[in-house]
Amino acid sequence: MAEYKWPEADKRALIGKRISRIDGPDKVSGRAKYSYDIKRPGVLYARMLRSPHAHAKIVSIDITAAEKMPGVKAVRIIQEVGKEIKWAGDDIVGVAAIDEAAAEDAVRAIKVQYEILPHLVIDTDPQNAGDNAKPTAAVTQGDPAANFAAADVVSTEGFYGNHVITHCCLEAHGMTTEWSDDKNLLVHPSTQNVSGTAAQMATPLETPATNIRVHQDHIGGGFGSKFGPDSWGIECARISKQAGGKPVKLFLERAAELMVAGARPSSYAQVKVGAKKDGTLVAWDSVSWGTGGPGGGGSPPLPYVFNIPHQHKQHTAIANNIGPARAWRAPNHPQGCLITMSALEDMAAHLQMNALDFFLKNIDLTGPRAQVYRDELKIAADLIGWQKHWHQRGDKTAGPIKRGLGLSIHTWGGAGHASDCDITIQPDGSVELKMGTQDLGVGTRTALAIVVADTLGLPLTGVRILIGDNSYPVSGPSGGSTTIGGISASSRRGAVDARDLIFAKAAPALEAKPEELEAWGGMVRVKTDPSRSLTWAQACAKLGGMPITVRGKNPGPEKLNDQGVGGVQMADVSVDVETGIVKINKIVAVQDCGLIIDLKTAESQVYGALIMGVTYALYEEKIMDQQTGTMLNPNMEFYKLAGLGDIGELVVHMMTGKGYDERGPIGLGEPPTVSPGAVISNAVANAIGVRVPTLPLTPDQVLAALEKKGGNHARI
Amino acid sequence: MHDDEKDDDQDLNQSHSGFSRRDFLKVGGISLSVPLVIGSRTIRVAGSDVKVYGPGKVPISLNINAKKYAAEVEPRMTLLDTLRNEFELTGAKRVCDRATCGACTVIIDGKSVYSCTVLAIDTQNKKITTVEGLTDGENLHPVQQAFVDNDAQQCGFCTPGFVVACKAFLDKHPHPTPEELGTGLGGNLCRCGTYMGIRAAVMQVAKGGQNG
Amino acid sequence: MRAFEYTSPENVDQALHLLGNTWEDAAPLAGGTDLLALMKDDIVSPRRLVNIKEIGALRGLSIDAKRGLRIGALVTIQELADNPKVAHAYPVIAKTANEIAGPQIRNMATIGGNLCQRPRCWYYRSGHGLLARDEKGQSLVPGGDNRYHAILGNTGPAFFVSPSTLAPLFIALRAVVRLVGPRGPREIPLEKFYLIPKTESEREHDLKPNEIVTEVIIPLLGGARAATYEVRHKEAMEWPLALASVVLNMKGKTVSSARVLLGHVAPVPWRSAEAEAALVGNQISEAVARAAGEAAVANAKSLGRNGYKIQVARVAVKRAILAAA
Repeated sequence: MAEYKWPEADKRALIGKRISRIDGPDKVSGRAKYSYDIKRPGVLYARMLRSPHAHAKIVSIDITAAEKMPGVKAVRIIQEVGKEIKWAGDDIVGVAAIDEAAAEDAVRAIKVQYEILPHLVIDTDPQNAGDNAKPTAAVTQGDPAANFAAADVVSTEGFYGNHVITHCCLEAHGMTTEWSDDKNLLVHPSTQNVSGTAAQMATPLETPATNIRVHQDHIGGGFGSKFGPDSWGIECARISKQAGGKPVKLFLERAAELMVAGARPSSYAQVKVGAKKDGTLVAWDSVSWGTGGPGGGGSPPLPYVFNIPHQHKQHTAIANNIGPARAWRAPNHPQGCLITMSALEDMAAHLQMNALDFFLKNIDLTGPRAQVYRDELKIAADLIGWQKHWHQRGDKTAGPIKRGLGLSIHTWGGAGHASDCDITIQPDGSVELKMGTQDLGVGTRTALAIVVADTLGLPLTGVRILIGDNSYPVSGPSGGSTTIGGISASSRRGAVDARDLIFAKAAPALEAKPEELEAWGGMVRVKTDPSRSLTWAQACAKLGGMPITVRGKNPGPEKLNDQGVGGVQMADVSVDVETGIVKINKIVAVQDCGLIIDLKTAESQVYGALIMGVTYALYEEKIMDQQTGTMLNPNMEFYKLAGLGDIGELVVHMMTGKGYDERGPIGLGEPPTVSPGAVISNAVANAIGVRVPTLPLTPDQVLAALEKKGGNHARI
Repeated sequence: MHDDEKDDDQDLNQSHSGFSRRDFLKVGGISLSVPLVIGSRTIRVAGSDVKVYGPGKVPISLNINAKKYAAEVEPRMTLLDTLRNEFELTGAKRVCDRATCGACTVIIDGKSVYSCTVLAIDTQNKKITTVEGLTDGENLHPVQQAFVDNDAQQCGFCTPGFVVACKAFLDKHPHPTPEELGTGLGGNLCRCGTYMGIRAAVMQVAKGGQNG
Repeated sequence: MRAFEYTSPENVDQALHLLGNTWEDAAPLAGGTDLLALMKDDIVSPRRLVNIKEIGALRGLSIDAKRGLRIGALVTIQELADNPKVAHAYPVIAKTANEIAGPQIRNMATIGGNLCQRPRCWYYRSGHGLLARDEKGQSLVPGGDNRYHAILGNTGPAFFVSPSTLAPLFIALRAVVRLVGPRGPREIPLEKFYLIPKTESEREHDLKPNEIVTEVIIPLLGGARAATYEVRHKEAMEWPLALASVVLNMKGKTVSSARVLLGHVAPVPWRSAEAEAALVGNQISEAVARAAGEAAVANAKSLGRNGYKIQVARVAVKRAILAAA
């Protein structure tokens, strides 16, 4: 029986080291072809006529002029007369033409009349939402009323929230589709779900999923917004059919990308917290609301991480006309985290307690990972100089620049998804892995190469990794930090089985039993006598003339991955109280994720999460205009992303070694994205002495909070 | 040249203002249905001949990565779209398409520019370098190698533009201060958050002094 | 972007003949960083682009002991920032220019274009016209999201802010802009170049469709002290929330005359006579600078969402004065 478990530290040649990603050279040289870059022979370019109205009924559509324009090959009405449109930017008519300009010209020539219906695109007040507000039943745990009454201190002023933000993937959503013949479709999508795309296209296209071939080499960002082919992907295939099967490329323009291709739900809450004088948390009350577009929106987990014994909470989802929400890294967690950590830090300030002591006082409420949090809090505090720099709320030093510290903790599951792979070993010793997964930029290719090469005792270059095609074994969608657990486990199992087959073939030549062999340094050798060895190629030559292919699976025998991680972040910020500008001095992230496959890309993942976090904490907002029902900033000029000069100093500490490694690889995409909003908001409150209730912490919001507070805030 | 344009040219030759109302009316009519005609026409203004190109397709010739590329494009084609759609040089990416994000950065005559906001027809007789031109066969440029070494990339969609911007920046500031990075590399945006690696990559090249 | 015809004259004469009598006829193309974006968004759709970049007369930068600095319209922002003579004689110009947008924009965008660029008002940029009106003719700005709109000169119908970072500084430095049109060249103080439109058919500057900006002339600084202070949310690729450019002429330690200009606060670069008056006759101190900041925004009004800009502008003025002194 094969032993699948992860190798001990001294037997890891590659696992856990700092390894440069194997597709790095392709990406830095421009050789990497994203689906956006694919140019199929004879390709037609598609453009959409989009609804300018947030809520309307289509009265008439006239495409005759467009159809007659030179270069136009197909004009397809997507939403017929009479259809109700529920957000601005929704597809109305699609056009395919020989070049982009011709398609654009044709879209301009289409005439659509709408009957405009009332819309709602704001979400800050459920009272204004009328029937669009969908309250859910209140949830009670313990006896909140009695415990609020008995609490020494009750903070009631807490209002916190995050506005809607969008994913803003740099590679827009879309695909190129072509009908190879009447029955077979070739798709080059930008997707987080290579193996699952065909199944989602099959029914609407009335084509067996088996006839839909999906291929993607690289993807330019997804962040949770690219799990399906999207309505426009289906339309792309239909337009392609209408154009005689010709390849049609339909990728969203930037404005549409920001308007319709995904948003993170907003979340606001009025919070009451009860505690004892010594800081012990006893009761929580929250009334929360938010929107995720026409469907309402998810309810954030409240209170987040800290299971306060007595709770009462009620959430209202507001359905509105801003376009549908999509999963955004760690769905609902950043929102729940901001609301909870802000409320708790406010309570600590109320009690005039050091926030770190307050969090530690209550850390057992976090459940099974309490000790991890304790350890991480200590490391983070050292890295940021908490004891040296922390002060009671409100930096009392002179001058307009106020400095403050904040902290936050977070959690995520990250269990591995289902994943299959095929590992083929050729008699010449060359090795290939095929898996229908995708590399979102987290280093999936590299992780697979590391696991297989480490298992077979080969250098990274000894393994060829083929992913991104649905003709390869099925592997799950990359979301929810489930990829690394799934793909590392299936590739490990497959590689162990393949290696053991080679051991069985090589054992007679080494006069040993297969279980006495190991693969190390390009050799197959006897564990107890390494001088008895074959090179990898010599060992593989024992296969005879035929290669072997082994299927690796997850789930499978022996549990290779745990789930559930905890992370701590601390931020050091400076706030100019005269201008309201917040600058990041430093953020520290301490994170566990079980066994790390590649320390270099793991750290990148956390740095990236912090930077994305700085962006949503300080800059990002999908700004909707209630008058016109449209997004005011569907561009990268006013939909602001942090730049290289905005991020301060970032420090990442990964928890590794005993207690962590034996848990196996656990996903890292979500957890470090959860806390940045909370940690920066808390640091700002510590700096300026007042809570800025909503993210992003823009100058207007910071100045408004200071003005409300009055007190020591001189105007200049 | 259009068959029906001779009259207009005659008009223009005699016109003091250099263009006639008819000229623009005609162009206005054309804008709805662009003729797929190759070529330019010559009009006489201020005593000399001036060529007017388009609005249909016109032949252009570009010097990209020290190679000559020819295509027929409308004057409205940006350099970026020409690189990508005509020459399949897809290293430069179209992201914001409005001179904000830097994913389309190329070097023209030694200076980093946004290729999404330059007309292809405007870049004839200029020396254009794209990310593809930085590589010498299989050998990466030191900036590219530093990006790999420091993992200055995740999804990689902003990466080619950043690489080109860093190359241009280092050519100008071989030994930058960390502060200079902020303004000198402020014209590129990354969504995955790879700035830490990019900073480290730039400093690696600066220390090695082997940019070029 | 709609189709257009393209032409590339070699001299100003040709260019003037190739331009039209309306903005729909033709537009001059220089750096293109603003024009092409406007065209992609269908905000403007000229039928002809006249590339003026090949016109040698519009290039060049020189400093003359008498007239001061001449900046050709085609000089790029980065060329201005990098010019050692400018850095020596007008450090404030070099510094301000070097912090605009990002390097690619600075490499492409020209001085003429910077002065003539169109407002960034998001209602304008989404097709509601320069005055941002709905189909009933009502402005969308007062009842909409006006967080980046004007706090001064905002009685309507124009509510956008003048986007140029260089214009306030140049006006503070008493710049003159030279234009050329069918009737020959003309020269006006840059301050007079900017106008607040009253109707949709007017523009925010005094440039005719058949004119070209040829150069900017900036008198020598003499002993004047100058500074610009920008309040920006992000470090780069970011429009200022407000900026102030200040030029102080001193007699000993006392301000003998002052020019205080604010940017991104009004539909034109906004000269604050009130702030200037608060400075003249005083020695610069924190208190005097603060008083000038107060004076600068004394008549500012919030449109609803942009009240914070009053504070931001006040601080920008104070800090620019302290930086200049």
